[in-house]
Amino acid sequence: MIVDPDVVGLSRLQFALTALYHFLFVPLTLGLAFMLAIMESVYVMTGREVWKKMTQFWGVLFGINFAMGVATGVTMEFQFGTNWAYYSHYVGDIFGAPLAIEGMMAFFLEGTLVGLFFFGWDRISRVKHLLVTWFLALATSLSALWILIANAWMQNPVGAAFNPETMRMEVTSFKDVILNPVAQAKFVHTVSAGYTMGAMFVLSISAWYLLRGRNVDFAKRSMTVAASFGLAAALSVVVLGDESGYSVSENQKMKMAAIEAMWETEPAPASFTLFGLPDVKTHETHLAVRVPWLMGLIGTRSIDTPIPGIRNLVDDAKIRIGNGIRAYDAMLVLRENKNDAQARAILTLHDKDMGYALLLKRFMDDPRKATPEDIQKAADSTVPNVPVLFWAFRIMVACGMYFILLFGYAFWRASKRRLDGRGFLTIAFWSLPLPWVAAELGWIVAEYGRQPWAIEGVLPTALGASSLTAGQVWISLSGFVLFYTALAIIDGYLMLKFARKGPDGLGLWPPRPDAIPVTAATT
Amino acid sequence: MFDYEVLRVIWWALIGVLLTGFAIMDGFDFGVAALLRVLGRTEEERIVLLETIEPTWEGNQVWFILGGGAVFAAWPLLYAASFSGLYVAMFVLLLAFIVRPVGFNFREKVENPRWKLVWDSALIASGVIVMLVCGVAFGNLFLGLPFRFDADLRMTWDGGFFALFKPFALLTGLVSLSMLTAHGATWAAMKADHTIAARAAQVARIASLAYVVLYVAAGIWLAYGIPGFAISGPVVTDGVSNPLAKQVAMGGTWFAGYLTHPWFWLAPVVGILGAIGVQLFVGRRGFAGFASSTLAVGGTIASAGFALFPFLMPSTLDPVSSLTIWDASSSRGTLLTMLVLAAIFMPIIILYTSWVYRVMRGRVTLEHVRKSHGMY
Repeated sequence: MIVDPDVVGLSRLQFALTALYHFLFVPLTLGLAFMLAIMESVYVMTGREVWKKMTQFWGVLFGINFAMGVATGVTMEFQFGTNWAYYSHYVGDIFGAPLAIEGMMAFFLEGTLVGLFFFGWDRISRVKHLLVTWFLALATSLSALWILIANAWMQNPVGAAFNPETMRMEVTSFKDVILNPVAQAKFVHTVSAGYTMGAMFVLSISAWYLLRGRNVDFAKRSMTVAASFGLAAALSVVVLGDESGYSVSENQKMKMAAIEAMWETEPAPASFTLFGLPDVKTHETHLAVRVPWLMGLIGTRSIDTPIPGIRNLVDDAKIRIGNGIRAYDAMLVLRENKNDAQARAILTLHDKDMGYALLLKRFMDDPRKATPEDIQKAADSTVPNVPVLFWAFRIMVACGMYFILLFGYAFWRASKRRLDGRGFLTIAFWSLPLPWVAAELGWIVAEYGRQPWAIEGVLPTALGASSLTAGQVWISLSGFVLFYTALAIIDGYLMLKFARKGPDGLGLWPPRPDAIPVTAATT
Repeated sequence: MFDYEVLRVIWWALIGVLLTGFAIMDGFDFGVAALLRVLGRTEEERIVLLETIEPTWEGNQVWFILGGGAVFAAWPLLYAASFSGLYVAMFVLLLAFIVRPVGFNFREKVENPRWKLVWDSALIASGVIVMLVCGVAFGNLFLGLPFRFDADLRMTWDGGFFALFKPFALLTGLVSLSMLTAHGATWAAMKADHTIAARAAQVARIASLAYVVLYVAAGIWLAYGIPGFAISGPVVTDGVSNPLAKQVAMGGTWFAGYLTHPWFWLAPVVGILGAIGVQLFVGRRGFAGFASSTLAVGGTIASAGFALFPFLMPSTLDPVSSLTIWDASSSRGTLLTMLVLAAIFMPIIILYTSWVYRVMRGRVTLEHVRKSHGMY
């Protein structure tokens, strides 16, 4: 049965939009949680009230953002089932586990402690409250770990094999799924991106206070934390982004080639295209500015391993489709008679390529009837959208480099105790949106670059969709977009409102002489 | 010891535990939210009510999220078939869940009655919708759902959203609504300022009375008016997870299990005793009232699960496609690994959850919220 292409397209759009919405809030939660923990640690160690107020003030903004992260996250946990039912069946044996573990190990802790962070100030001791904040921060990152283990398995499906009797992938080694090298690189890269975002958020808003001459001591302290935390995070995001690039080149050669718009296999070590206009029709990159050797070094960590180009990979795909059809045929035989030794042998030999035969399912019901033209068409469909990936990647990397420079400079100024200078503060303030740009583009590179696969080499996206009607998906898609957009606007309004009010406007800092200390009032 | 059959039964029970955990823990949040403007007559009273649940609702909701994840991991076919089949209902449910975190957090960020009315309405609606939709969905399981699998195990569904609102399903929806409204009211009676608590106790008594009547009515209807499903061929309990490999007959009774396993009756008895406990204790002994209501919730869900056993999701369109616990699970390896992890982490979860509740113990009084309201 061929799934309605409209349903596939709409479901993809819905998944992309809801994930991109979710990813507006989650990285900030990751980053801010750690910054809160750092600020509160200073409070507990020094006993200076200002650090507690800093934790509480940034905590208010954290809370607004956290609510949005949770609101947009609920959809993600269930969307595989609603819109990607065949995917859920086909890989649930492996893919469901990390999601469930995330719930048990991380999100439960996070959800349970976040209330205590806000309501526990006067109910538990300082040290206990600090522990709550630290566990909250750790739990948010642990959450990211398990989600990225699940995601990494989509990029690099290790530790699983196809079972013709249940018509799905089943786990052969949980250890391999968990220790997936792609997961490790992705985890550190993604949480570092979140830390960078958190640092930028605090840096920019503090810069704004300093530009207005408000909350000066408060803002300078916040900025110092942001500058040091941000520098470490930005360095890590770029270095481990590179590690991520290396692991991509290992198992997602097509994604790598598309990011580089590398149409032909170049002699090693390949050059890196700094700038260019990829032309999908002619398979050329116009006006290319190239840095010799660089790509080969990033992608292979060597000077003599070639990186395959797009055309070569399409030819490879054709061969794999041929093998896949053999595997598919053997699978059908086995479904009738599971003791057919010959079919079993063929399936074992080619089951790594069966997914390639499933690429044909977009065009026909029975891949075994494919003509050479169909196979060509299916092989061509393995090329993702080159110009989008090419540019998304470059802008993301440029942002990353800029973050290192900005946080490096801010760190230098902070260590000289010179966090003034209108030029610096203005730049710091206007850099606020950049981490979001980089994070969203990063998602696009990783996930849009995975197309046409839901699970790389195993399950094409088009096959994973539920058997719905386009009308149903229109309802949910427009509903989510309307709802999320309205909520995002309200979120932006509240963020702005509370950032503007500031610690002074909220009566947090400086302490008013007539004010009763909060702790004394409630104990 | 942990062969495939045992693991499947354990995971059936564990999903039951998660569902019950969700209904008990998040259930009172929904109940309180739905009653926000019934019990809370003034803005201050509403803040009290909200503050009885705000510190802990987030953790409670993870029971739902984890339930989703666990069904995905342990019963992938059930996850795939139910959520995609009940597409529009699921979408409505998700919207109800989406407004909750923002509703709680944003409500008090702007001092404006209209702003608060908007968020209150969202929270009230979300409470009512979740309680109702979950009950309606459960009722539909007994009626069977219109789906079938092809040989690739791709599911197709033949029915719309409004087809779910059959009379019996509406009744089970009302069972859920009254049960969880009573549950929320017993929570408010235990946790909120005395003026509110007295009102809450009254609501709890009425709602729990309604619940008993509706629950018993649903039971009778189920016994006499709704045909059950049964595996008719040989029952293979440790076979491969492929629903198409069995035979299913319709027309028996959903109470077949109760006849062969008389101890199943404990579940409905506990449920009804719980409701009686609510009548006796609510308003007098706060915790006993809430605990009774907890028993009612647990007993009710268990009684439904027992009746369905071994079915997870019966199909009217193609009874063979029905999902049972013997043919819709993950592989043995996944079930075992997940069981080990659940055995480690569930006790830890219960431990720190109890600690948080202990820290937040005591009534939230009007005087307290006048003096300080958390920096939430």
